[in-house]
Amino acid sequence: MIVFLIKRLLNAAMVMLVVALLAFSIFRFVGDPIQLMVNEQTTQAERNELRENLGLNDPFLVQYARFVTNAVQGDFGMSYRNQQEVMSLIAERFPATIELVLMATIISLVVGVPLGVLTAIHRGRWYSEGLQFLSIIGVSLPSFVIGILLILVFSVILNVAPAFGRGEVISIGWWTTGLLTPSGRAALVLPSVALSFYQITLVMRLVRAEMLEVLRSDFVKFARARGVPAWRVHYRHALRNCLMPVVTMTAMNVGSLIAFALITETVFQWPGMGMLFIQAVTFVDIPVMAAYLCIVSFIFVALNTLVDITYALIDPRLRTARV
Amino acid sequence: MTDQPPVLDVRGLRVDFPGRHGTVTALSDVSLTIRPGEILGVVGESGAGKSMTGLAVQGLLEPPGHIAGGEVWLNGRRIDRLTEREMQKVRGREIGAIFQDPLTSLNPLFTVGQQLTETIRLHLPLGRTEARARAIELLAEVGIPAPAERVDHYPHQFSGGMRQRVVIALALAARPKLIIADEPTTALDVSIQAQITALLRRLCDDHGTAVMLVTHDMGVIAETADRVAVMYAGRLVEIGAVDQVLARPGHPYTRGLMGSIPALGARVPRLMQINGAMPRLDAIPPGCAFNPRCPDVMARCRTDRPEMRGKPGQGACACWLMEREEA
Ligand SMILES: Nc1ncnc2c1ncn2[C@@H]1O[C@H](COP(=O)(O)OP(=O)(O)OP(=O)(O)O)[C@@H](O)[C@H]1O
Ligand SMILES: [Mg+2]
Repeated sequence: MIVFLIKRLLNAAMVMLVVALLAFSIFRFVGDPIQLMVNEQTTQAERNELRENLGLNDPFLVQYARFVTNAVQGDFGMSYRNQQEVMSLIAERFPATIELVLMATIISLVVGVPLGVLTAIHRGRWYSEGLQFLSIIGVSLPSFVIGILLILVFSVILNVAPAFGRGEVISIGWWTTGLLTPSGRAALVLPSVALSFYQITLVMRLVRAEMLEVLRSDFVKFARARGVPAWRVHYRHALRNCLMPVVTMTAMNVGSLIAFALITETVFQWPGMGMLFIQAVTFVDIPVMAAYLCIVSFIFVALNTLVDITYALIDPRLRTARV
Repeated sequence: MTDQPPVLDVRGLRVDFPGRHGTVTALSDVSLTIRPGEILGVVGESGAGKSMTGLAVQGLLEPPGHIAGGEVWLNGRRIDRLTEREMQKVRGREIGAIFQDPLTSLNPLFTVGQQLTETIRLHLPLGRTEARARAIELLAEVGIPAPAERVDHYPHQFSGGMRQRVVIALALAARPKLIIADEPTTALDVSIQAQITALLRRLCDDHGTAVMLVTHDMGVIAETADRVAVMYAGRLVEIGAVDQVLARPGHPYTRGLMGSIPALGARVPRLMQINGAMPRLDAIPPGCAFNPRCPDVMARCRTDRPEMRGKPGQGACACWLMEREEA
C-alpha cells in the first residue's frame, strides 16, 4: 500500500512538473515580458536593469526552478494588466467557479443516477429508449448552445431566472458564496444546469451500462431467488455495485468541469476563473494564463490521484488483499 | 414417506419464449412431484431444460419467457398464477434456491451476515439481533467453522466450497419446504463436491426438506437422490426411483447417460456413447425427439410421440419400447 501510495504521488508530481514547464515556457517565450511591462519612456538601461532584477538573464533551468518554487508557494507574480498579485486575482474568482462546478456535479448525480437506473430496468420500453435517444443529443449539443437556449427560454421569454452575474454574495473569510442569498441562488440555477447537461448524460449512460451488466450477474438473480423485492434488488444490490465507477468518473470529471466552465462562465458572465482566463487571453496577460493552467491542472491531477488512492482503500477486496 | 402429500407438484408444465421467428417452446408437458424429505435428481444434457424447470417453478423466467400451460402446486397451493409481489413472498420463504457458481451468487459488497439477515428479516418476524443470532446458527449448521466471526466476513474471504455452504445457509434461512439446487457442485473441486452433496442429504433428512437437485452428473444422482427425472429437449423422458432407474433404465437415452458413470458401468452391461447432439428447440424432429440418436429406433418413433406411461408415484417412461415390453 505504501509503495503504491509513493508511486502514485511521484507520478502526480511528474505530471505537474511537465505542466509547469509548459506554463513557464508560455510565460517566458510568448512575447517579451519586459516589453509588456514597461512604457515608451523607459530607457534601455532601465530595461536591462529590470531584466537583471527579474532574473530573466539567468539560465533557463534556474528560471524554471525559480518559477516552480514560487508556484508551489502560490506565487505566480503580478498580473500585467492591473498590477495585482495573480494569486489573489485567482483566489477572488476561485469560489465562484467551485460553487458552479459543485452544483453542476450534484445536479448531474441527482438527475443522472435515477435516470440511468430507470432506463436500465425498463430497457426496451418507449420512455426508456426515448431518454436514451435524448441523451445522445445531450452529449452532442455544445454547452454554449445549451447556455444560450436556457437564457432565451428562462430569462428572456419566461423571465424566471437571471441570465448573468452571480447575484449577491456573502464573504466567509476569503471565500465568497452566493448560496446564502436568494439572488445568489437564483443566479446559480441556469449556469449550473447548463454546465451539468453533458455530465448528466455521461452519468446516466454510465449507470445504465453498469446496471445492465450487474443485472445479468448471478448475485442479482440469487437475490431475487431469496425473495428480495425488486426495488431492493435494483437500488440496494445492483446500484451499489455500479457506484464505484460512477464515483470515480464524477470525481475525475470535476477537473474537466472546471475547464468546461470556461465556456459556461463566458456565456453567463459568471465571475469565475474561466472568465478571468478569457479576459487574460484578450489582454495577453501571461502570468494569469500560466497560473490558470497550473491551478486547473493541479486540481485535475490531485483529483485523479485521490480517486486512485481511495479506490484502493474502499474496495473490501483490495482492502484485505493487502493485510 | 410416500403417502405424504407432495411438497411440489408440477403438472403438464409448458414454457414458451415468444420471439421474432415464432415461439420457442422450451418446456412441454413436464410433470413431476417431490415429497417431503425426498431428493429428486433432474438430469439431462446441456440445454435439456433442467434449469428452466427450476426457474419456472420459482417464477424467475426471463421475459419474454413465461408459463404457457400446466400448473405448479406448492404445499397444496397453486403458485403459477401468482403476481410478482406474491411470488416474492414464496421465493426464499417457501422455496430456497442454490445456484451453480458460489463465487458469483453472493453480493461482493455485503458481508455474508448482512445477506443472511436480509433474507431472514424479509421472511421471518425477527429483530436485528435475533436475525443475527439466527444467521450465526445457520452458518454453524452448514458446517462453517467459527461462525460468530465468519458472519462479518465478505464473500471473497471464503473459499469456493465455504461460499457454497453460505449459499446453502441462505437457501435455508427461512426453513423452506423445498430447495431447488441448480448444479450446486459443478463449479467445485471433486473432493468438495461430495461434502456439499452430503450436507444437502443431511439437511434434507434432518428437516424433511424436499430437494430438486439439478445436475448432469449421474454419479451425483446415484449417491444422493431418491428419485430421478431424466429430461431431453424440454421434455421428461423418464422418472422413477433411483435404484430402479439405474438398474433397469427404461429409456434408451437414460441408458446412454449412464454410460458416463464407470462405477455403475460395471453393473450394467457396457453401453454405447450417445452419438450426435440434442436438437435445437426450434428444430425438434417429429415423433420422439430422441429418434435420430436412438440405437433402438423403430418406424413408429419417427412419426408418433410416445407419452409418459407408468403408474403415478412410481416409475414412468416415454418410449415406445415400453409398450412392446408390456405386450
Ligand atoms: N431467452 C430464451 N429464448 C429462447 N430459448 C431459451 C432462452 N433461454 C433459454 N432458452 C432455451 O431453453 C433451453 C433450456 O435451457 P436450460 O438452461 O434449462 O438448460 P439446462 O438443462 O439447465 O442446461 P445446462 O446443463 O447447460 O444448465 C435451452 O435449450 C435454451 O436454448
Ligand atoms: Mg442449467
